[in-house]
Amino acid sequence: MDSSVATPPAQKGPPAAPVQQSPRKKAVEGSATWQLSDRIGLAICWALGLLFCAIAVAIAVYLFLQGIKYLKPSMLFTPASAGFNQAESGGFSDAFIGTLIVAVMGISLALPAGVGIAVWLVEYGRPAALARIAESTIESIAGIPSIVLALFGTVIFSSTALGFLSRTSEGIVFGRSFFAASAMLSLVALPLVVASTREGLNAIPQHVREASYAVGKTKIATVRRILLPTARPQVATGAMLGLGRIIGDTAIIVVLLGATQNFAPVGSAFPLNYLRGAGTTLTNFVYEASPTGNLNQPQKAYAAAFVLLLMVLALNAAVDIVHRRARKAGTWSH
Amino acid sequence: MDERYLPEEGPKWSDQRAERLLGALVCAVVGLLLALIVTVFVRAWPSFAHNGLAWLGSGGDIEEQLNQIYLSGLEGANYVYTFHAWPLIWSTLLITGGAVLLGLFCSLFVSVFIVEFAPERMRDVLQPVVRFLASVPSVIYGLLGVLVIVPFIGNHLVTEPQKASVAGVISLSGYSLLAAVLILTVMIAPLMISIFSDGLRSVRPGWLEGSLALGVNRWRTTWKIAVRSARPAIVAGTVLAVARAIGEAVMLAMVSGSVAFAPNPADGLIFIYEPSRPLAPTIVKNIDSLGSAPSNATLFAIAAFLLFSAALFSLAGWMARRAMRKYGATA
Repeated sequence: MDSSVATPPAQKGPPAAPVQQSPRKKAVEGSATWQLSDRIGLAICWALGLLFCAIAVAIAVYLFLQGIKYLKPSMLFTPASAGFNQAESGGFSDAFIGTLIVAVMGISLALPAGVGIAVWLVEYGRPAALARIAESTIESIAGIPSIVLALFGTVIFSSTALGFLSRTSEGIVFGRSFFAASAMLSLVALPLVVASTREGLNAIPQHVREASYAVGKTKIATVRRILLPTARPQVATGAMLGLGRIIGDTAIIVVLLGATQNFAPVGSAFPLNYLRGAGTTLTNFVYEASPTGNLNQPQKAYAAAFVLLLMVLALNAAVDIVHRRARKAGTWSH
Repeated sequence: MDERYLPEEGPKWSDQRAERLLGALVCAVVGLLLALIVTVFVRAWPSFAHNGLAWLGSGGDIEEQLNQIYLSGLEGANYVYTFHAWPLIWSTLLITGGAVLLGLFCSLFVSVFIVEFAPERMRDVLQPVVRFLASVPSVIYGLLGVLVIVPFIGNHLVTEPQKASVAGVISLSGYSLLAAVLILTVMIAPLMISIFSDGLRSVRPGWLEGSLALGVNRWRTTWKIAVRSARPAIVAGTVLAVARAIGEAVMLAMVSGSVAFAPNPADGLIFIYEPSRPLAPTIVKNIDSLGSAPSNATLFAIAAFLLFSAALFSLAGWMARRAMRKYGATA
C-alpha cells in the first residue's frame, strides 16, 4: 500500500459492525429437550438449508455437464452463421467478444462515476439536502427494473443529437449500439460501486483524515492519496459486483444492442465502427438460442450459458480473494 | 483571500474545483434519474390519457389490442390506444406474490438457520451457496426453466384429463405460473436471506441472553426475540425482493408462457399450471413494435407502471432500513 499512513495491525474488528462473540453459540443446548413443534421448526431449517445447497449444486453440476458435452473450443472463435442445424450454424465468438466489450465499457463508465459519487457523499456531502437527494437517487436507480432503463435508453440514443453513436439511415437514428448498451448498463452497476466504495470510506476512522489535514494536505489530496488507496479492496469489490451485474443483464442488451447474432459495424474507423454498430452478448445469445428465442439451438445455448457461468464464478472467486486479502492486511484500530 | 494572492500555478486538483466537479457529477446523476422518470411518464401519457382508469381494467384480448395498436401506428392518422392491462397485472401479482410469499418463508428459515442453528461447517457451505444463487444471471435461470422445469411440469405434473379439461381455452404445456413462481423464488431468496441474516446478526446479544437465562429454549428465543426485533430488516428485505421480482423480465419471458391469459383461481388447483404473461416480459416480447407511435406509448405506459411500483417498493425498503439504523441495528 503506497499510502503515507501505515496500516496498523489488526486489533479489533471493523468499526462498522461491532463483533459479537456471543457466548450463546458455545453454550449448546441440544434440541432433545424441546417441544415437538420447536423440533419440527428446526427440521424445516435443516431441510430448507439442504434444499438450497442442492439447488445450487444441481444448477452448477447440470450446466457443467451440459457445457462439457456441447462446448467446443471452436465455438469461441467462430461467429454465428445461418445454417440448417446446430452443427452448421457456427459458434458464438461475436457474443463472447461482445460480452467483453460491454463489460469493459460499462465498468469504465460506472467505476469513476461511482467512486466520485461515493467520495462526494462521504467526504463532502454539502449541501445536506443534495446529499439526501443523491442518496435516495442511488437507491432508486438500484430499484429501477433494467427493462425500464432499456426503454429510456431507446429514447436517448434514438435522438438525432446522439446519432453519431449508432447507425443512421434516412434521418432515422437506429439507436442500437455498444455505446448505447454500455451506457445504460453502467447505470445498472453504478449503485453497487457507490455502495461498496462508501462502505470502504466509512470504515476509515476519522483520525486518519485529521492526521492528513494536520500535515497540510487538502481534502482532495487526502482522498486521492490516502482514503481511496486504503479503500481499494472495497472499490474493487464494488467494481466486480457491478461487472457481474453487467455481464448477466439481458433486457438492456436485447433492447439496445439488437437481435442480430453478429457484429454489424457502422462506418470504417476501426474500433469505433464496431462500437457504433449493433451486436450481441452471451446473455442475448442464450436468450435467442433457447427454445423460446428465434434461433432455437438449445445445445449452443447450454454451451454459451456454461461460458457465462464460468465468467460469473470467476468474478465471485475474485471477490472472495480480495476480501480475504483485505482481512489479512488488517483493519483500523481506534 | 483575494484570488490574486493564491499561488499562480496552484495544485492541479484544487479542493474547490474537486468539490464542484464531484458535485456536478452527483447533480448529473440526479438529473438523469429525473429525466428518466419524466421521459417515461411523458411518453406513456397518450396511452393513459386515452384509456383512463380502464387501462388497469380488464376486457378484450390483450394480443388483439396490442396488434391493433401496432397496426394503427403503421397506417398513421387514427391512432388506436385501447388497452386493458388487467391480465398482465394479474399475472404480475400472482407470480410476484407467490414468489415473495414462498421466498419469505424459505428465507426466514434459512437465515435463522445460518445465523443461529447451523453448525460451523454447514454455515461455511450455505453462505457461498446463497452468494452463488444471487449471482447466476437471470437468463441462465430462464434457460434451465425452459429446458428442465417446464418440460418436467408439462410431462409429469399436468395430467392428461387436466389438459383435456381446458383444451378449448388454453393449452397446458408446462409454461406455467408454477414454473415462474418456483424459479423466481430461487432468484429473489438470496437477496432476502442476506438482508434477513444481517438483521438477525445485529440483534443485541443481551436481549437473547436475557431470554435464555429465563429458561426459554434457543428456538423460542430466536423466534420470539431475534426475529421480532429484526422485523425492520425482514420488511426491508421483503420489499426489496418485491421490487426485484416486479422488474424481472427475461426469465419470465422465457418460462411464463407468454400468453396474455389471466389464470383463474376458480378453475381449482389446475390454475397453477396455466400460462400467463406479466408486465415486464410484455415489453421484451413487443420490443420490435417500438417504431409505431401508439405501440411506443403503450410500452412506455407499462414501463411507467413498473417504474412506479418498483420505485415505491424500493423506497419503502430503504425507509425501513433507515428506521432500523436509528435503533442501532445495521442492515
